[in-house]
Amino acid sequence: MRYLLRRTVHALFLVLGVSILAFLFTALAPGNYFDEMRLNPQISPEAVAALRAQYELDRPLPLRYLSWMNSVLHGQMGYSFAYNSPVAPILFARARNTLLLTITATLIAWAIALPLGIWSAERFGRLPDRLLTWATAALLIVPDLALTLGLLVLAVRTGWFPTGGMTSLDFGSLPPGGKLRDLALHMTLPVVALVLSALPLLIRHVRAAVAEVLDAPFMLAAKGHGIPRRTLLYHYALRAAANPLISLFGFSIGALLSGSLLIEVVMSWPGLGPLLLESILSRDLYVVIGGVLLSTLFLVSGNFLADILLYWADPRIRTESGVR
Amino acid sequence: MDLVLGIQHLDVSYRSREGYLRPALTGVSFGMKPREILGVLGESGSGKSTLATAIVRLLPPNAHITKGAVHFEGKDLLQAELQELRPIRGGRISLIFQEPSLALHPTLRVGEQVRQVLAAHAAASKSALREKTLQVLATVFPEEAERISRSYPHQLSGGQRQRVLIAQAIACGPRVIIADEPTASLDPTTQMEILGVFRTLKEKLGLAMIFITHNPALLADFADRVMVLYGGRVIELGPAATVLASPRHPYTKALFQSIPSSLEGRDNSRKTRLPAIAGDWSPMSSRQEECSFAPRCAERMDVCSAREPELVSLSETHTVSCFKYEE
Amino acid sequence: MKSEESIADQDARPILKVASLAKRYTKRSLGGRREELFALNGIDFSILPGTTLAVVGESGSGKSTLALCVACLERPTSGSIWFENRDVVTLAENERREIRPQIQLVFQDPANSLNPRWNALQILIEPFVLQKTIKNGERKERAFSLLERVGLSSQIAGRLPSELSGGQRQRLAIARALTLEPKLLILDEALSALDCSVQAQIANLLMELQSSLGMTYLFITHDLAMAAQLADEIAVMSRGRIVEHGSAEEVLREPKHESTRHLLAAVPRIPRTPSSVIG
Repeated sequence: MRYLLRRTVHALFLVLGVSILAFLFTALAPGNYFDEMRLNPQISPEAVAALRAQYELDRPLPLRYLSWMNSVLHGQMGYSFAYNSPVAPILFARARNTLLLTITATLIAWAIALPLGIWSAERFGRLPDRLLTWATAALLIVPDLALTLGLLVLAVRTGWFPTGGMTSLDFGSLPPGGKLRDLALHMTLPVVALVLSALPLLIRHVRAAVAEVLDAPFMLAAKGHGIPRRTLLYHYALRAAANPLISLFGFSIGALLSGSLLIEVVMSWPGLGPLLLESILSRDLYVVIGGVLLSTLFLVSGNFLADILLYWADPRIRTESGVR
Repeated sequence: MDLVLGIQHLDVSYRSREGYLRPALTGVSFGMKPREILGVLGESGSGKSTLATAIVRLLPPNAHITKGAVHFEGKDLLQAELQELRPIRGGRISLIFQEPSLALHPTLRVGEQVRQVLAAHAAASKSALREKTLQVLATVFPEEAERISRSYPHQLSGGQRQRVLIAQAIACGPRVIIADEPTASLDPTTQMEILGVFRTLKEKLGLAMIFITHNPALLADFADRVMVLYGGRVIELGPAATVLASPRHPYTKALFQSIPSSLEGRDNSRKTRLPAIAGDWSPMSSRQEECSFAPRCAERMDVCSAREPELVSLSETHTVSCFKYEE
Repeated sequence: MKSEESIADQDARPILKVASLAKRYTKRSLGGRREELFALNGIDFSILPGTTLAVVGESGSGKSTLALCVACLERPTSGSIWFENRDVVTLAENERREIRPQIQLVFQDPANSLNPRWNALQILIEPFVLQKTIKNGERKERAFSLLERVGLSSQIAGRLPSELSGGQRQRLAIARALTLEPKLLILDEALSALDCSVQAQIANLLMELQSSLGMTYLFITHDLAMAAQLADEIAVMSRGRIVEHGSAEEVLREPKHESTRHLLAAVPRIPRTPSSVIG
């Protein structure tokens, strides 16, 4: 229990620290949203100054931070200049789209990596395993950008998949079944890109963790007891190899919001990625900070989840023995 | 009398990384009678662990069984299909490994690990399995079966872990138990306790047991017969009382003499040199055309380096593989 | 062979004297409770130079903690350890560094205490490099003579520990312990992991080294039979205390404490035919 309490407090401090840093860096970055406006001869400098005052851009930094914190606690997370609305609803809508992609991709990637990694570990060093290792190495080397563009080319050439966006233009008029199909078609390529970019590392880690366990004396002892092969692999081996895999899983969860930026931008998926990109470029301050905060929250939660799972899965961590 | 287990002319070799075959067991033959404890005496390099794993074919992938048969319940285990072996392993023949701290899964509860063994050999309901688990644990932990069942291996002492391994071994009522150095990492009192557990089980369950050790003293008052392994060969086999009290093979004799015996009342033996066997056993020194012990034997004769000795019967029950007894 | 007189010689100064040694560990359990464990609770003994003191006891009796404390690898909670009239516990670190080479430790499992990536020669040369005592040119020579001393052939020099047998590894561990010419050797279950016949060989080596180099041994074991063979004096430990201490003769012939009797009873013995026991 004390272990969990400590981790929670740790996590909260982390999020707080990151929020301060994010605020600091973004606010201190040269330029702001209204610089663009100043270049526009149609808008008078007084109007710009008035807007700046309205958005409180001239107040000292700590005060702005506190005022923003206040806004966060009220569920608004500041105000977006570009969208002219509180940041929170914009962020959440986009985040939902991103999560749609990333959760699907993460589930699929793990569903493939686990059995494949175990299969490879069983055949460690032999031809099938080595072929898989080369394949994953090749996949690892290919940059995400190339992968994504390649998929887009595929879409254009074959016309099987839409070349971007989340829904078709006539989405609203489709029947529910049709809506689902439309969404699925649009999701396919981005999800494939995400899965392909995540697979190599996952497979390698699962393979390494399981291979190490397969050699252990207790596995041989269990085999000697006549435990059937499936139980040996999925119950005994996986549980013993759980530690590194749980940490990896925590990282997967942590990357749910942040890992898909490139793919979303290239494939015009209306997720958090394009929003953040656009906001950074236009200095839409509070959107950027809000986005960073949300991503951090996910990252920290992912780690925290891993800690909890680790605590549950490994009894040796639970037995907190002090100085030996 | 019907043998429970019969090993015939077992030859096992390991393929080294450089590619050549290193023999680990050569021509090993013996039989096990029901309800007997066969003590297998062997030091490092004698092939004892190879013997234990070869019987149920749990050898590593680089091991090759080049010859021999293992007769058990009407089948030759060495020729059987792997699917036929699974129900036998743990169900009819159980293996207790060395190092109890390594032979148990680190993150599963002890009760679970016993239950899995039961589940692997009998289809039964969850509650039936749970009850049987507690029963089995109660045979080795008469007072605290419940608590032990819920514990994890790292929470138990060395002796307790060893008892868990024993519980796993007897869970499905096997006919033969093979124990490989079960007391090696335990201190003397716990060692005695575990031997006591084995004795009780032998009487209660009528098991046949192969007890592998490098310490002959453990076999006193414990084993029925003793088989001595050296360099992968059986060099002496006979009733425990005979072999321990008056060993015939020069190796067995020398081994017993090298064990400190000053506790037994010999004053002037303290702080004197022990009559140790000279040299080391190394795999290089086991050529096929000589007695494997010849390089280190104090009673070596010319013929010992010329060929391998045959098994000679000193009596109906006692055999020795040594030229000294060949006439 | 040591005669009884030299042990009882009152003029001989002990090379090691331990007084009121205590070592306490605090265990913090999950609920927040603190448990105090006394691994050592008031240990007193001394060893005369050139003799062997065997400390016997069950696991958990504190013998390994004692080994670590005397070897200056653990700080005792209280008490003193006098090595040649200097209290090691109170010394400053740089003074203790002078003493360390004179007290060496040989562990139970050489596989864990020898660097698996170095060959035998490198393992033996390392102490010279660290202590900067022997000149570069002489180091190899010294290493080879050490190998010979412990009965290893010079062919061993290029082999890794994993390529050696258990007995050879332990000999190497002893050789390494001897590199800095220690006066006191602490053997913590050094024979326990070896096969019976190999134990005899290493025991002989130890006895030979003692008579030729005048080594003093603190021999920690749970094997009373081997202790009986090697020791001049025996101390029995139980739960952090010494419950019986005397010459090997006395302790084995007339054990006074229950723990000693337990240990004696637990020693497995081969039945020797009557003719082999000289009454």
